[in-house]
Amino acid sequence: MRLHPRITQAGAVALLGASTLLTLIILFFIIFFVLEKGIPVVGWRFLAGNPVDMGKSGGIFPTVVASLILPVMAILVALPLGVGTAVYLTEYTRETRLTRIIRFGTDCLAGIPSIIFGLFGFIFFVTMLRMGWSLLSGALTLAFMILPTIIRTSEEAIKAVPHSYREVSFSLGATRWRTVVKVVLPNALPGILTGVMLGVGRSIGETAAVIFTAGSSLRLPASVFDSARTMSVHFYILAREGISTENAYGTAAVLILSVLLINSIAYWLMNRFMARNA
Amino acid sequence: MNPANRNSESDSLKFSIRDLSAFYREEQSLKKIALDIHPDQILGIIGPAGSGKTTFLRTLNRMNDLVPDFRMEGRILFNGEDIYQPRTDVVRLRQKIGMVFALPVALPLSIYENVVYGPRIIGTRKKDSLDDIVERSLKAAFLWEEVKDRLNTSAVRLSGGQQQRLGLTRVLALEPEVILLDEPCSGLDPISTAKIEEALTVLKSRYTIVLVTNNTKQAARIADNTAFFLMGELIEFGSTNRIFTSPDDERTNDYVTGRFG
Repeated sequence: MRLHPRITQAGAVALLGASTLLTLIILFFIIFFVLEKGIPVVGWRFLAGNPVDMGKSGGIFPTVVASLILPVMAILVALPLGVGTAVYLTEYTRETRLTRIIRFGTDCLAGIPSIIFGLFGFIFFVTMLRMGWSLLSGALTLAFMILPTIIRTSEEAIKAVPHSYREVSFSLGATRWRTVVKVVLPNALPGILTGVMLGVGRSIGETAAVIFTAGSSLRLPASVFDSARTMSVHFYILAREGISTENAYGTAAVLILSVLLINSIAYWLMNRFMARNA
Repeated sequence: MNPANRNSESDSLKFSIRDLSAFYREEQSLKKIALDIHPDQILGIIGPAGSGKTTFLRTLNRMNDLVPDFRMEGRILFNGEDIYQPRTDVVRLRQKIGMVFALPVALPLSIYENVVYGPRIIGTRKKDSLDDIVERSLKAAFLWEEVKDRLNTSAVRLSGGQQQRLGLTRVLALEPEVILLDEPCSGLDPISTAKIEEALTVLKSRYTIVLVTNNTKQAARIADNTAFFLMGELIEFGSTNRIFTSPDDERTNDYVTGRFG
């Protein structure tokens, strides 16, 4: 039986619209649920105060600091490595068996559960390299965890830069390196930033990989060699050990709001950048 | 100027091409091409799609080096020097032999930065010199009047015709000896085409110009000499007047009169 095109069209619109709506509803429900339970706790004292009694009362200031520092450190390590790898794979090598193996490897790395990264970071950075539970161990572990994402998104962004730009650059006597720096990377930047955003999002919410490597000290870290507790680890401990449900939700609310804030800023930066170049 | 008289004076030749064959994977795209290119005139290269015109053009500034699986045989002398010998400085070579591509490409930078892209590579830093280069090159490409008040705006917003003249400007900014053009007007309207042709006829007094075109009338209008390519072979080469009025080869005659192609 064949349906009238107008009916199939209406059906498609309804089906696709419904899936979009369902996604949005779930997203808003989660945000609303967490904020509703968390926001009453959140205030200036909660944000800027130190935890008292393992977090039973008081604020979460040290965990906010740790949650900001760790992703930034992780990006500082992962970005040059990831973009460098992506440039090498796309601009400096031809598509061979070796590049396919490297790509397969990075894809596998992206699929490894974060707790395995945590275990690796604990054995390698914390124990073997004697870095102890510290921001440094945590950041390096997170860096390796988000590296595949950054490589992959950077690669796609670099590939999307029109080939004709490269040809023009080469025809004017530019070397490959100059072409990469002056033409390819600036044009791939919005895509690369998307990867960075995904990386920040993943690392700010990461718990398993961080608890094994950065530890869970509630003191404000004085250096990168100090142990620290991120918001997500704090939330996990507060909820898991039944210390304070209200403060757990408060922490979760701050965590969600920071992710939203970071994404908004990144989008704003990206739009501004693209408007300047188009 | 009769090109036939000058063939023997190999000193004054810009390019001397001998036994040039080119291959992409196993496919041969150029077959034993022999051709001389004289300075300060326009050489038009005509032929149907897939005849090897573009491949030929891109061997002249070694742009085919960038194509994987490309291989060539034979010799190309530029000012008497083999450009495919190992010690050739490809960067310098491409600055002396500029290229304008079939599709207009504005680098996503300002108009000003598009023009000084090449000069900056050579190391021209002074603002005054760069300003001079921008004005002089834009004027030579007949683009100055249209853009002089918005040099710092994005070049991407220019029209196709303007972007193509910007491509020419970028090349002129390097003061090359040769300008290679690969079907520069294929995507342009008649008015934009006329502007490019006007620029080229003025420029040929100072530059050697090689113009690949899929528009035989364009070659007839502005080329001094014309070469006809067919399936990777150079069928005929001579003064444009002769190629279009009394060609030796029947296939040339068929092509220029529009019987195929």
